[in-house]
Amino acid sequence: MHDVTHAKQRRRDLILAAVFVALAACVPLFVKDVYVQNIMVLTLMYAGLSQSWNILGGYCGQISLGHALYFGLGAYVTAILLTKFDVLPWFGMIAGGLISALIALALGYPTFRLGGHYFAIATIVIAEIAYLLFLNWDWAGAALGIDIMVREDSWAKFQFTRSKLPYFYFALFFAAVAWLVTWWLENSKWGYWWRAVKDNPDAAESLGVVVFKSKMGAGAISAFLTAIGGAFYAMFVSYIDPDAVMSFQFSLLISLPAVLGGIGTLWGPVLGAAVLIPVTELTRSFIGGSGRGVDLIVYGSLIVIVSLTRPDGLLGLFSRKRKKEAVR
Amino acid sequence: MTAETIIQSLASGLLMGLLYGLIAVGLSLIFGLMNIVNFAHGEFLMLAMYGAFFLFAFFAIDPLLSMPLVAAGMFVFGAAIYLLIVRFAMRAKTNVGMVQIFATFGLAIVLRGLAQYFFTPDYRSISHSWLGGKTISIGGIFLPVPQLVGAGLAIVAFGALYFFIKRTDFGRALEATREDAGAVALVGIDQNRVFALGWGLGSALVGLAGAIMATFFYIYPDVGASFALIAYVVVALGGFGSVFGAFAGGILVGLVEASTALIMPPSLKAVGIYAVYLLVVFIRPRGLFGSI
Repeated sequence: MHDVTHAKQRRRDLILAAVFVALAACVPLFVKDVYVQNIMVLTLMYAGLSQSWNILGGYCGQISLGHALYFGLGAYVTAILLTKFDVLPWFGMIAGGLISALIALALGYPTFRLGGHYFAIATIVIAEIAYLLFLNWDWAGAALGIDIMVREDSWAKFQFTRSKLPYFYFALFFAAVAWLVTWWLENSKWGYWWRAVKDNPDAAESLGVVVFKSKMGAGAISAFLTAIGGAFYAMFVSYIDPDAVMSFQFSLLISLPAVLGGIGTLWGPVLGAAVLIPVTELTRSFIGGSGRGVDLIVYGSLIVIVSLTRPDGLLGLFSRKRKKEAVR
Repeated sequence: MTAETIIQSLASGLLMGLLYGLIAVGLSLIFGLMNIVNFAHGEFLMLAMYGAFFLFAFFAIDPLLSMPLVAAGMFVFGAAIYLLIVRFAMRAKTNVGMVQIFATFGLAIVLRGLAQYFFTPDYRSISHSWLGGKTISIGGIFLPVPQLVGAGLAIVAFGALYFFIKRTDFGRALEATREDAGAVALVGIDQNRVFALGWGLGSALVGLAGAIMATFFYIYPDVGASFALIAYVVVALGGFGSVFGAFAGGILVGLVEASTALIMPPSLKAVGIYAVYLLVVFIRPRGLFGSI
């Protein structure tokens, strides 16, 4: 009985996602404004990034505040391979993802044993070390960064001089893949373990070893996808430096949509990004240069208010019924 | 590298370390009291530095004199933050860890935004304070006076805190609440009041640190971020919640930072601190002096 509704729910989620993707794909046909398209690209990118973060932070409950590390690695590996070795960004993207996944495994082994705050601070500290190293690494451009020359329109080189549309479609693809991976993980053996551990700390004890392995897996998947997002971002803005891709701000921006929308939920990161990114970008441009800091005030307040009044995230506002189902 | 340079940098490292201890002790106090990490701790420091700066700029009050004012202001501010935000964050029934992290995190972002908006992102500094820019030489070792006074102040503050916790009623209530909040409520101590005062006290301590830091450090909206990270490391090394662990952790971090700067480019000196944090928590996940 329960299984039937569960399967139905999952199918409904899948159909809903397909409808969203189809609708989103049509939006650029009507919205020609470059500024708005830019916001849409960023929204989709952060939806995908936050979805990737959510796999580790939400489902496994390992709050990482250092995902800028993987984001930056994806961006750097892609940019370095392209500018120094003429490797197409598509391969750079995969390479960045794999390197990030390997690093996540290496880091996961010691860090997943740490308790809550110790873990969160360890992730900040590790990302900060990487940031400082890149800032001082001359071969990788140090503080000056790497300029990716955009000379032509080419899908092979993933660079486009005139239109933002190709970036938009890739960002949509990225967000959809991250969503699908989450959707698939939710119903996997790992997904069940994670839920069991969350509901019942004693279960964590008995599942200890297997859960540790599944966390390693989640960390690697999360890092891989985050690096893909970073690689995309490098090509999208065509210039990177440590502040532009590896600063703490990105760790924050990657985690916030999931926190706002609903941590550890399938739709939370999408909803959070759809609210957070446009709000941030619009306040920034409406208030203009004189009001520096207003964007911070707006989204900082959003985070405080949501975490105090809606610990389940904005998603809770939409569907109380669904939430109750989800709890079961 | 002569023996003199080594002693010189270790001495300044020790001074900075005592200040780090003072910056971090409020964080540790609050954590010990209620198991909450204040992720806006760095922004509290930033506000205190601005407080000292504006008192100097508008009323020409030297940071040495305005220090009690800044600490008092931060006491009120910290207690208010508890009553307005943290109190509610503690009531969360779902996603408890997430709520606690992000409620104070959001606060940090708001405070940074407010500082950028009202104080502008410009770098400020207090010129011609009584202490600023002076150095003294002790046996051939040159020590900057602001850091020296700050270190002395930190020692006094830790001593006073020790006396306060051991000898006063409120201090005992604080200790008792740390041990067992439920039992404390049974004997008629208002837990809410103790928590509010704990937040006030913790913030006043970072206020002291901020006022002295304002005499030798640039003041800008993001200044808290790097010090906050150092404070977390200090607190983690000392063991979350251990007030005197923060003292020892601060000294250790100061010395590690100074030694790193001896062998690596100055811009990488924080790497040493972070590496020590990782090393310690990997080997001893409860910190060096943590008992919980």
